[in-house]
Amino acid sequence: MAEVLNDIIKPENQIYGKSEVLTDNVLHYCPGCSHGVVHKLIAEVIEEMGIQEQTIGVAPVGCSVLAYNYLEIDWQEAAHGRAPALATAIKRLRPDRFVFSYQGDGDLAAIGTAETIHACNRGENIVMVFINNGIYGMTGGQMAPTTLEGMKAATCPYGRDVSRDGHPIKITELLAQLPGTGYVTRQAVHTPAAVRKTKKALRKAFENQKLNKGTQLIEVVSTCSSGWKLTPVQANKWMEENMFAFYPLGDLKDE
Amino acid sequence: MRELKLMKGNEAIAEAAIRCGVDGYFGYPITPQSEIMETLMAEKPWETTGMVVLQAESEVASINMLYGGAGCGKRVMTSSSSPGVSLMQEGITYLAGAELPCVVVNVVRGGPGLGTIQPAQSDYFQSVKGGGHGDYKLIVLAPNSVQEMADFVELAFDLAFKYKNPALILSDGVIGQMMEKVELKEYTPRWTNEEIEKISPWATTGKGAHRGRNVITSLELEASEQEKVNHRLQAKYKEIEKNEVRCEKFMCDDADYLLVAYGSSARICQKSVELARENGIKVGLLRPITLFPYPVNEINALADQVKGILSVEMSAGQMVEDVRLAVNGKVKVEHFGRYGGAIPSPGEVVEALKQKIIGG
Amino acid sequence: MKEEIIIAGFGGQGVLSMGKILAYSGVMQDMEVTWMPSYGPEMRGGTANVTVILSDQRISSPVLHEFDTAIILNQQSLDKFEKEVKPGGTLIYDSNGITRHPERTDINIYRVDAAEETARMQSAKTFNMIVLGAYLKVRPVVKMENVLKGLKKSLPERHHHLIPLNEKAILRGSEIIREVSLVE
Repeated sequence: MAEVLNDIIKPENQIYGKSEVLTDNVLHYCPGCSHGVVHKLIAEVIEEMGIQEQTIGVAPVGCSVLAYNYLEIDWQEAAHGRAPALATAIKRLRPDRFVFSYQGDGDLAAIGTAETIHACNRGENIVMVFINNGIYGMTGGQMAPTTLEGMKAATCPYGRDVSRDGHPIKITELLAQLPGTGYVTRQAVHTPAAVRKTKKALRKAFENQKLNKGTQLIEVVSTCSSGWKLTPVQANKWMEENMFAFYPLGDLKDE
Repeated sequence: MRELKLMKGNEAIAEAAIRCGVDGYFGYPITPQSEIMETLMAEKPWETTGMVVLQAESEVASINMLYGGAGCGKRVMTSSSSPGVSLMQEGITYLAGAELPCVVVNVVRGGPGLGTIQPAQSDYFQSVKGGGHGDYKLIVLAPNSVQEMADFVELAFDLAFKYKNPALILSDGVIGQMMEKVELKEYTPRWTNEEIEKISPWATTGKGAHRGRNVITSLELEASEQEKVNHRLQAKYKEIEKNEVRCEKFMCDDADYLLVAYGSSARICQKSVELARENGIKVGLLRPITLFPYPVNEINALADQVKGILSVEMSAGQMVEDVRLAVNGKVKVEHFGRYGGAIPSPGEVVEALKQKIIGG
Repeated sequence: MKEEIIIAGFGGQGVLSMGKILAYSGVMQDMEVTWMPSYGPEMRGGTANVTVILSDQRISSPVLHEFDTAIILNQQSLDKFEKEVKPGGTLIYDSNGITRHPERTDINIYRVDAAEETARMQSAKTFNMIVLGAYLKVRPVVKMENVLKGLKKSLPERHHHLIPLNEKAILRGSEIIREVSLVE
C-alpha cells in the first residue's frame, strides 16, 4: 500500500496543496463554518502575491478572535469593533505594508460601526474582510445587527421582531455610498464556484491596496451551523434561500 | 543658543512631540486641551519629521489607533481631557494587557459626567489605580510647569519603551492653558523602520524571513497561562516601583508640617509654604512627580520628622489615600481640596493646615 | 521684583493678547513669567481675564486670589476684582460703560479712557495697547525696548507692519492716564 501511495505522492501529481501562509494549527471553528475557507483564501492570495513579509492582519473579537493562530503573518488582536482604528494607524505609519482587518457582523456593524464608517469615509487604504452570518457565534448564538427579520437567536428566541429590535442593517450598501471606499463586493463560499469568485475578489482588493484605491470591503455572507442549529448542508441551503434574498451577492461598487 | 519660547502647556506638549521624534498623534478635540492637536496641525510635522497627525472620529478610535501604531513599534501618542479619557479606558487596558508602549496625555477638567471645563485633579484614581478592567498599572507623570509639559513627553516615551507599558501624563487645565517660558530641545529624528526592528523586535512590522510571526494580543484563554501573564505584569510594576520614583522636596529640611501635592496644586502649595513660613510655621512640600510609582518611601521617611501632613488636591480626596498608605499611621494625615473646577488659593491651604493639622 | 496682575474685560477687547505681550516683554527682560487665562465658552463675547505674573524669581502659584494690579475693562470685572487688589495696590480702569466707579480708599486708582481714545484715533484694534501704555506709565515693570521686542515676538509676522501703530498707541496710553485715587 505504502509503495502505491509513494508512487502517487509526487510533486508532478499534486493538484492541491495547503498554502505556505497557513499555519499547522488545528482550526477551532465548527464543522461547516465559513471562516476556515475564507482564511485559506486570504492565505492563498497573500502567498500568490508574494506579500507574506509585508502583510499585517488585524483580528477582531468574535469567532475569528483567534484568526492570528492560522495565518503565518504578523497580527494584531483588536478590542471588539476597533479593528478599523488599528488598521488605520498601522497603514498610516507603515504605508509600505499590506494591512487588512478581518471582522464579523457584530464587530463591524454593531459595536464598531463608528470605526468602520469613519475608516471607510477617510478612505483608509486597507482591506476589510467582513464575515456576515447574521448571528453572534462565539458568545452562543445571540442576535446580530444583520440577523434577518423573524430569524431566531438566543436573544430573540421567538425571532427578530423589527418593531423591537430594528431592521437588519445592510452595512455594505451603506459603506458603498461613501466616497472613501473603492471596491465593495458581497460574496459567499458555499460552492466551489463561489469560493473561486471570493478569492478573485480578495485578490482584487489586495491589488487595489497596492494602487492606493481607498478602502476595499469584501463581505462574505456565511453560515453558522451551530448558531443556526442546522447541519452544514441545511445551513448552506438556508443561506441561499434566506440570506441571499436580503443580502444579494455581487459587486456594489468598483472604482 | 537655547531657544526660549513663551507658550501654553498644551502647545509645549505638541512642540515637544514633534521635536522628540514622535511618529503619530491621534486625537479628538475636547476643552481644555484642544491646542495640542491644533498646534500639531498648524505645524504640519508630516512635511518635516514625517510625523502622522490624525483627527479621529472619537477617543475610542484614537486610543485604538495608538494600539495599532504602538503594535508596529512606533512612538504614538494621544491627548484628551477627563470625559474623553474615560472613553479611552477600554483601549488603555488593552494596551496595558498587550504591553504596548505609548503616551496618553490627560489635561484634567472637573467631573463627574460632563462636569466643567475648568481645571481639576479628580482623575487620580482613574489614572493610578487602573481606570479600565483588570490588574494593570500605567506609568503616571504629573508635570507642574509648562517646561515639564515639554520635558515629560520624551520622558514618558522613554519609560513607556523601557517597560513596554503605556505612560500617562496627568496634567490639568491650569498647566495646559497657562503660558510660561519653555526651553525646547533640539530635534531628534524619528526612528527608522530598521531601527524599530532592533529596538522592538516584538513589533508587527511584517514577518521577516528571519523570525517567526509576531502577534500583538491581550487574549489568553487558558487561565493558567493568563495568570502567568499577570505575574509577568506584576513583576514589571514592582520593577518600575523600584527604579522610577520621582519627587521633588521644597523646604522640607526643617519642616514641622508637610504638604503633599502634585501638578498645579503643588505650585499653589509652594506659595502656601512661603505664606506659612512668613507667619512662622515651618512647612515643607513634597511633590510627587511620578504618581505611579508613588514616592512611598520618601513620604514615609518625612512622617518620622513632621507632626502632621496635609494632602492638597483639586479633588474630594483621592491621592490622600496613597499618602495615608505611605505614612502608615505614623502621623495625622488630612485632605484639603477644592473641586468641580474650583482652585484653592494659597491662603486657603494655609488656613486648612492650621485647622486640620496644627490645631486639630 | 514681583508684579501680580489681573487683566479683565470683555472677550474681544484684547485682554488675553495684552497679557501675552506683557508676559513676552517680561521674557525679553529675562524675568520669570506666567500667563494664566480664563478659558472656555465665557470667552465668546462674555468676560475674559488673564493673570500675568512677572518676577525675578521662580514663580510658585500661577493662580491667584489677590493682585498687585488690576486692569479692569468692564463693570462685571470691576465688581469681581476691585476687592481682590492688595491694600496699597493699583487699579486701572476704563470708565466706558462703568456705572459704579471704584470705591476703595486703600488702593491707588487710575482711569484711562482708552475706548474713547480709540474712537478718536479711529483704530479700535489699538485699544488694548493704549491700556498697556497706561499701565506701564504707572507700573514701569518692563522697559519700553523690551515691550517692543515682546510685541514683535507675540505678533505673527504678517502683523509686524502694525508695530509702529501699536507703539503709538502705547505712548498715547501713557499720556492720557490720570489718577483718581480716593486715598485719604
